[in-house]
Amino acid sequence: MEKRVIFKGWMLPALLLLPQIVITAIFFFYPAGQAIWQSMFVPDPFGLKTQFVGLGNFEYLLGDPYYRASFVTTAIFSGLVTVVSMGVALYLAILADRLIKGSGTYRTLLIWPYAVAPAVAGVLWMFMFNTRVGVVAWYLGLLGYDWNHVLNEAEAMGLVVVASSWGRISYNFLFFLAGLQAIPRSVIEAAAIDGAKFWTRFRTIVWPLLSPTTFFLLVVNVVYAFFETFGVIHTITAGGPQQATTILVYKVYSDGFVGQDLGSSAAQSVILLVLVGLLTVIQFKFIERRVHY
Amino acid sequence: MKIKTLNLALVASMAWGTAASAQTEIQWWHAFTGRLGELLDAQVALFNSNQSDYKVVATHKGNYSETLNAGIAAFRAGEQPHLLQVFEVGTATMMAATGAIKPVFEVMQASGLEFDPNAYIPAVTGYYTNADGQMLSFPYNSSTQVLYVNRDKLAEAGIDPDVDLSTWEAWDGVLTQLKDAGVTCPYTTSWQSWVHLESFSAYHDVPFATKENGFGGFDTELVFNGPLQVAHIDQLGKWAQDGKFIYAGRRNEAGANFRGGECALFTESSAGYAGVKAEAQFAFDIRHLPYWDSVEAAPQNTIIGGASVWIMEGKPAEEYAGVAAFLNFLSSPEVQAKWHQDTGYLPITTAAGELTKSQGFYAANPGTEIAGLQMTRNTPTENSKGLRLGSFDQVRTIIDEELEGVWSGQKTAQAALDSAVERGNQLLRRFEQANR
Repeated sequence: MEKRVIFKGWMLPALLLLPQIVITAIFFFYPAGQAIWQSMFVPDPFGLKTQFVGLGNFEYLLGDPYYRASFVTTAIFSGLVTVVSMGVALYLAILADRLIKGSGTYRTLLIWPYAVAPAVAGVLWMFMFNTRVGVVAWYLGLLGYDWNHVLNEAEAMGLVVVASSWGRISYNFLFFLAGLQAIPRSVIEAAAIDGAKFWTRFRTIVWPLLSPTTFFLLVVNVVYAFFETFGVIHTITAGGPQQATTILVYKVYSDGFVGQDLGSSAAQSVILLVLVGLLTVIQFKFIERRVHY
Repeated sequence: MKIKTLNLALVASMAWGTAASAQTEIQWWHAFTGRLGELLDAQVALFNSNQSDYKVVATHKGNYSETLNAGIAAFRAGEQPHLLQVFEVGTATMMAATGAIKPVFEVMQASGLEFDPNAYIPAVTGYYTNADGQMLSFPYNSSTQVLYVNRDKLAEAGIDPDVDLSTWEAWDGVLTQLKDAGVTCPYTTSWQSWVHLESFSAYHDVPFATKENGFGGFDTELVFNGPLQVAHIDQLGKWAQDGKFIYAGRRNEAGANFRGGECALFTESSAGYAGVKAEAQFAFDIRHLPYWDSVEAAPQNTIIGGASVWIMEGKPAEEYAGVAAFLNFLSSPEVQAKWHQDTGYLPITTAAGELTKSQGFYAANPGTEIAGLQMTRNTPTENSKGLRLGSFDQVRTIIDEELEGVWSGQKTAQAALDSAVERGNQLLRRFEQANR
């Protein structure tokens, strides 16, 4: 049973809602509206003249095979970042959860990478894997592997995925650990007494009870991979080699701020807006059903 | 006692503050940091101390792209600086912005200061002039491509360090010898599009784009997929497959490999000289950019890169007089010669080049005169005057992407250049539309 509080008039609830609505309107609806408005024009960079093109910008974008390919790149990239950062975090959280001594230190150490800004993380990984001076690239060379993410598309994708996931693992780890510790010991112990091995206990008890946390992290991580990984890509590959790591949000930047093509950039923002909206709806509609709160 | 001194200093600085505010301030936004930023600040300080009417305030606004964006955003907000440094690929964007910029020749004429367009080196200023040859922006820092040779590396491989590398025909043998001798990086380049397509086309007198490489109008189309460019990229692609050409990145990443002594041969901007000189632990020399001897028109002249300074519209007339005085100061032979010698950028006036020569700089630093000679060896043709293409930074990215396909062996030179031309043309059409 849910508890519902019923207000008598409409003034007080409206007043209470007002701050949130004002903030949302100013910081979300207004810029989004601007983006939609601008996406229908082809302006010159200085704003001296502008031409209405209706849906012309969208037509131009969707007719471009390289832009369409960027959707696939983004899907692969976000999928990998989400799976890697959540998978590793879950593994580490399970280990930390079983730890009796020194778990505090272990946790603190694991949280550190989260404090590193994506662009800085990008630079760190770039130096480690630099094809000529990178430490890791050099060791790989000793093992007879010629690391070259400057030309090898799979290696470039792998590198940006790892660099983007790295800091994210800490964040996910925290949530997973909290989620694991919220699972009642008694349930797990009862299963253990009944002879359930670790893997069975995990599959039948821990994973279902952890699902609200997992679902929350899934949404948050997909959004992260879509929007906040820009700094990593910018510093490591700048979208290359060829277009192997040009994800949608990077293209918004390069068309808008490098190419000064504001119409196309605005149209791409609108497409991204719709895409992420759709993804979130899908996640809530289909995946949330399988979540046990 | 201490407090008294402090107070005195405070009063003095306040007095200085009032004196300074009586001057007209000229804002200059630029993209230079490090050593170049220091040299730029030194120029500004010299100008400010030489006269008392104007005070130039130089502000760093990030890299070239960021500086351009800052200028554009400021113009939209009505807060633009007087002077804005814009890289050469942004030239068409700035030129098209009638109403946002003031041509240099107009400001100079209005100022009544002496301004002789013939004093400037045409191969340098040509990039920034209109169809009538009038100067639109001031060529502040211009460089061109030269070949850097690691002499020790050649000697180690059993090759005469003075081996002929002036034509691409001579290269295959040398690269093979280097490779066979175990050199891991026989040849590398920075700025692949600039060196191997843009300047390559000018140097061999073939068009990069129609309508005089875009000088003739916005309805220009890319044509760098001609047989000569394809043959050249194809050759580089083969060298890349054989490990004779090592690709390090789209910008100047390769510089680290050369300066570190790994690479034997390196094509890079003449402005890279200061860095190579400071870091190289080996004997090196600078040579002309190679050309295909089989092409009759080669060597024509190479084209420039770097940046120019644009004057922004919307300031009072007396402030433009200050702008003119500053540009006049920058053009003086002494200032130009010092800039050229300190940075490796080209001198923009003939007088500055001659002054550098008479000061004995070229004799003391062999190779530094090559860039200037290479630019001025011929009168520029319509193929070698420069490039004026909209969205050119993006076009370069497309070229980079396609060339990477060739270096990794996934695409043929013909397919890559055809695709780059087709994709680039779409951007040119959008630029044309935005500036209709």
